[in-house]
Order: sequence, then structure tokens, then C-alpha cells
Amino acid sequence: MANLIIHSPILIIAIPLLVAFLTPLIGRASGKARDVLVVASLAFVEFLVIILARDIYLNGLRVYTLGALSPDLTIPENYIVPIRIILEADSMSIFMAIITATVSLAAAIYSLSFMKEETGQDRFYTLLLLLAVGMFGMELTGDLFNLFVFLEIASIAGAALAAFRTRFADTAEGGFKYIVISSVAALMVLLAIGLFYAQYNLINIGALAHVMQYTMLDKIALVLLVTAFMMKLAAVPLHMWCPDTYSVAPAGITIMLVVASYACLYALFRTCFTLYGVCLNLTTVGWIVIIFGLLSMFIGVTMAVFQTDIKRLMAYHCISQTGYMLLGIGVGLAVLDNPEALNAYGIAAMDGGIFHIINNALYKGLLFLTAGALFYRTGTRDLNKMGGLAHKMKWTTIFYIIGALSISGIPPSNGFASKLLIYESVYQFNPILAIVAMITSILTLASFTKAFYSAFMGAELPEYQEVREVPKSMIAGMAILAAGIIFFSLFPGLVVDRLAQPATNALINRGVYINGIMGGGG
Amino acid sequence: MTEGIPFNVPFLAVAALIGIAFYIIVSQRNMIKLVLGLSILASGVNLFLITLGYRKGGIAPIYTHAPEGIMVLPVPQALTLTSIVIAVATLALMLSMVVHIYRHTGSTDSEKSRIMKG
Repeated sequence: MANLIIHSPILIIAIPLLVAFLTPLIGRASGKARDVLVVASLAFVEFLVIILARDIYLNGLRVYTLGALSPDLTIPENYIVPIRIILEADSMSIFMAIITATVSLAAAIYSLSFMKEETGQDRFYTLLLLLAVGMFGMELTGDLFNLFVFLEIASIAGAALAAFRTRFADTAEGGFKYIVISSVAALMVLLAIGLFYAQYNLINIGALAHVMQYTMLDKIALVLLVTAFMMKLAAVPLHMWCPDTYSVAPAGITIMLVVASYACLYALFRTCFTLYGVCLNLTTVGWIVIIFGLLSMFIGVTMAVFQTDIKRLMAYHCISQTGYMLLGIGVGLAVLDNPEALNAYGIAAMDGGIFHIINNALYKGLLFLTAGALFYRTGTRDLNKMGGLAHKMKWTTIFYIIGALSISGIPPSNGFASKLLIYESVYQFNPILAIVAMITSILTLASFTKAFYSAFMGAELPEYQEVREVPKSMIAGMAILAAGIIFFSLFPGLVVDRLAQPATNALINRGVYINGIMGGGG
Repeated sequence: MTEGIPFNVPFLAVAALIGIAFYIIVSQRNMIKLVLGLSILASGVNLFLITLGYRKGGIAPIYTHAPEGIMVLPVPQALTLTSIVIAVATLALMLSMVVHIYRHTGSTDSEKSRIMKG
């Protein structure tokens, strides 16, 4: 068991990678065996993530040096800087890995039935696992260049999956937008890595943070990195690709793309807090993040109100929910060098923002899956053509209600818990920001109520006489996420103390992360 | 041969490539041209990385039986190699998507082939 924990950082990445290339081989022999293998490997990864998370909570961060005599030997003898590939998992990275593992598992189980009628399923699962590998890699790596490589892996797999159902006319368009925006973003990241390497001859995040001078070139690199991650995050005004891609991707993949964008959110936090940290002009950068957040929050929700395509509507809400996270973290960033304000409300704002990531991954994931279920049975995403589906699809209706209540922040849901944390703390920073956040929440409720009435309520429509409840595996996929929401709603305090708070501390105390690289092994 | 070239000429080329690429990406409506713009951007960034690692008169960084003298930096070369491989994969995927878009809509013009709006 201890051995398993020591090697778990690399296993979390290596197992899905290996299984990804096994699936076409085994799929040739039997489709059932392949399905079992995919789900089992993701379940095992989920298990590894959880034991690693427990270990990090108890013993602090864990580094894994590839190819070294012992995994914690980050700096080889006779060297003063790390030269090997290093994975570094602290509370923040493992927090993101928990989200990725849970959502990937739910997505894979859901896709078993959802994609049953499609051709090329072997390749579908290969790509799905590669997308998971890309996300885990981004979250666990301690090295900027690996971050770029995993970002590209996730982008290529994600775009191919979004465009997977090529029989539809619009899928290739959605996939193409995703790959274009991803390649531009990734090349900007690579350019920033070049700028760092030119000055410091380093690409390790911890080692770079250790020697960061904040020169003119570093400022250019910061602009490149922040723009690139904001593009991938679909923050307004860089959001144009998001509704198109999310609405055409298969539902199981949409939720993984949402999580992939949060992996970029993680990369953004890592850049701002760990890589630059107190070197930054914190007020300016904090306010830039806050303004991105505000714009995303408000414009996202106002665009959503007018949508008639259910997945497009949810995609716009996704943009708007990302705004809350940026708002919470932005406030924390703006007061990072002011201990008094940080303790008074900065930490609470960041807790709220981070807690909101996992909440949103769960309820937005659940909602996208119910939208997929509606599409699976009715063959349309147009809300105006749906109606009366609550009579036929009871489970889907229940899951939709759970998700909609949670996203609108109705007490006592988990969405309410994280939003309340954000409102309270942001109000002390600047009351106007909190008011915008509340208005957004009201509009969110309005929009989901409208969607609920159009899709589920009313008389049964004659064209949907044949509609039945969706297959079991799709219900199971949704149930995993719904169980998460209910658990988080019942024990929000536990989640904040065990998951969100340590993650916030990991971001604030960049010294710990740097020390994990520069202090170990010697 | 490289003696006569001032050291920052490659950097000017990098700036030119990246500038041209961004101009193409922003201005062109033809999706094939857009993909080519991205390819130029990748080349610009790769050239940047390679130039960073170059040392005047340096030899290839292979330690076995190495002659005397300074070596060029190996890390940027490794980075560039990885980046080239990734760029090829992305390029192939993007072009195949353009083919699919063309089959469905009969146009590679991003304004005419657009299905989703709003």
C-alpha cells in the first residue's frame, strides 16, 4: 500500500495511457471486455487519486522524480537545479485530479450506452482515456513543458471527440473551433516557456518560481500564459468557441471538456500564485482576473437566457459559472500581499472559488448528461420541440431538478454553499461585485426554470409516444454525479475543510511548492 | 557559415513568422489558410526555441567521443522535436475536420459554412 502511494502520481497518468492503447486491441476480440477494461481502469485511477489525496492531506505534498534512484530525489547529486521530469502533487493538484477522475468515470459509464450505436467505438474510448491522461498530466506535472505536452494531448483528444459523430453536419465545425483555439493557446504557452528558458535555463515550475525576477520578458510571458489559459477557459470575451463545441460534442465528452477547461483554470492559478506569486503587481492582475470573471458571469448568463438549444444554453451557463471561480480567486489574488485583508475575506473568497470548481463540475456535468439523455431519446436539442417528457423519463427529470437547483444556488444545495462563501467574502472586498454575482444567480434560476418547463412539463406530445427512460448505464453515469452533489450538499463544511481549504493554502504558500522541488534530495 | 550572421537575425525571423501567422489567423476566412497560419505560428515558435539553444560555433550535444569546444543546448532541441510532432498531429486533425466541413456544407469559407450562430 505504501508503495502504491509512492508511485501513484505516475500511475494515475500511466494507467489510462496504457489502457488507451490496449482498447483497440481488446475491442477487436470483444466489445464487452473493452468496456469493462475502460471502466475498471478509470475506477482504479479514482481509487489511486483518493488514497493519494488522503496521503497529501495527512503528510503534505508529494513529488515524484522520473528516472531517479528514489522518487523524492528531485535534484541529482552535483547539480543545483532539477533536470529530470518531476511530477508534483499538492492539495490543489490532487483536488483537481479528484474532479477529473470522478467526471471521467461518470462520462465513461454514461458513454457505454450513449455511444452504443456509433461506429468506431474502440477509437472513441482510446481518445476518451487520452483526454483523461491529458487532464491528469496537466494537474500533476511540476514542469512547464510537460504542461504544454499534456495540454496538447487533451486538446487533440478533446477536439477529435467533439467532432466524433461525423454524420452530423455541425460536429466538425465545433471540433474545428476547439482545435484552432487550443493550438493557438498551446503555442502561446510554448512561446512563454521559451521566454522563461531564455532567461533562467529552467522549465521546472518550482525552480522557476524560486529564481523569478519579474523582468520585462517575464511580464510578456505572463500576458501570453494568462491569455492562453483564458482562451481555453472560455472566459468572455474569448468564449466564442465554447457554446459551439460543447453543444455538438457527445454529452459524455462535453462534461470532460468542461473539466479540461478547469484543468486550464488550474494552470492559470498555478501560474499566478506559484510561478509569479508575490512578484506580481497583485492588485492589477487580481483586478484583471476579477473583470474577466465579472464579464463571463454576466454576459454568459444573459446570452443563456435567449437560447433554445438546451446544450447551448447549458454551455453559456458554463461560461457564467466559470466567472464565479475567477471572481473568488481574483479577489484572493488582489489581496495576496495584504495579510489582514487576506485573513478577513481573501481566503474565504478563494475557498469559495475553489469549492465552486468541484460543485460546478458535478452539477454542470449532471445537467449536460440529462441534456444528452433528452437528445438520446428525442433526437433533438431544441427546447421548443420538446415537452411533457417528465411523464416518460422520471430519472432524468429527477436528476435535472437536482442539477438545476444546485446550479441556481438554492439552499441547502452545494451550489448555495459555495456561492454564499463567494458572496460574503466578495461583499467585503467590493459590494458591487457581490451584487452582480447575485443577479447572475437569479438569472440562472430563471433560465433553468424556463428550460425545465419547455422540456419536461406540459402534456405528452404525440411524437414522443415511444420515448422511454434511458438505458441503465446512462442512469448510472448520472447517478454518480448526483450522489456527489447530494453528499456535498449534506456536508459542505467537511468538503471545505478537507478539500477546498488545503487547496487554498497550497496556492497561497508558494514556498511549500518551491521547497518540494528545491529542498528535497539536495 | 553561420559566422557572418548577426545573432539576432533569427529572432527577427521569429517575430516576422509569428506576426504573419497571427495576421493570417485573424484575417483569413478560408479555413485551409487558417490552418496554414497555425502551421506558420508553430514554425515560428519552433525556430524561437532552436535559436535560444544555439551557441556560436557550438557542436552537437553528444557526449561520447565529443571533440573539444562548446555544445549547443540539448533541451530546446528536445522541446522542439516534441513540439514538431504535436504540430503535425494537430495539422492532420485540423485538415481532416476541414474536409468534413467541406463535405457537409460544400464550402471552406468560414462565413458560408457556418451552421451555428448566436
